[in-house]
Amino acid sequence: MINVFDIIGAVLITGGLIFDLLGCIGLVRLPDVYNRLQAATKCVTLGTCGILLGVIFVVGLNATGVRALLCIVFVILTAPVSAHVIARGAHRSGIKLWEGSVVDQYAEDREGEV
Amino acid sequence: MSRILLFIAAYGMWVLLNWVPDVQHLAAGIFVAALVALLTGDLFLERPHLLRNPIRYWYFFFYYLPVFLWECLKANIDVAYRVLHPQRPIHPGIVKIHTDLKSDAAITFLANSITLTPGTMSVDVDKANQTLYIHWIDVKAKDMESATQHIAGKFEYILKEIFE
Repeated sequence: MINVFDIIGAVLITGGLIFDLLGCIGLVRLPDVYNRLQAATKCVTLGTCGILLGVIFVVGLNATGVRALLCIVFVILTAPVSAHVIARGAHRSGIKLWEGSVVDQYAEDREGEV
Repeated sequence: MSRILLFIAAYGMWVLLNWVPDVQHLAAGIFVAALVALLTGDLFLERPHLLRNPIRYWYFFFYYLPVFLWECLKANIDVAYRVLHPQRPIHPGIVKIHTDLKSDAAITFLANSITLTPGTMSVDVDKANQTLYIHWIDVKAKDMESATQHIAGKFEYILKEIFE
């Protein structure tokens, strides 16, 4: 007997794994810390949420499923914040943008402060 | 008021974390939630009266969430394209955008939304000047007005309805 929820869950987990993998490839291929953060944040957030959502579909809304739901909410709320803090810290500690970068208005505005 | 709401929120979170609830967990949760509410209650909400307006919830669930999830999916496909493309088509840079939003919650949501939408990531927020610094993986506009349109245009007016 094939369960529809199991199939949906398996599809979601596979999709999440693919996005996580793409995020990791991005970490290797993109040039500087800011671009890498972009790939890492976006892909890993959606990928992880996809996996957790798939878990909910497979196990149902019992003890495990409810915790997975809470994890989704917290991952969506906290992942962008951590990316923002890492990027800000990197820029303030003087890490340069990749040499192919077009513009850096943040550095221009902060010249006076330092 | 803010403390009571935080107590309810913390207690709800505790019950969900200890699913399926039983008497022991529910009783212990009251103490934990009360402690949390006592210590951090004044930080939770600045203007609790805004929560009474049902239109704000309507905007959040049926206007903000679908747009946000769709943009999030598009962002992932966009990153996938840039990562897998052999020439690696990126023109990154940090640009400045202007926002009319004033409350902390609204700016937080705007910055988070920008991070999870295609090609952009918040680097810093300057609340005094109402500007956000955005790392853009494919810079299309360097001046402030059109960059603001490109990056924040979709979210700003929705968040204004919800939080202002």
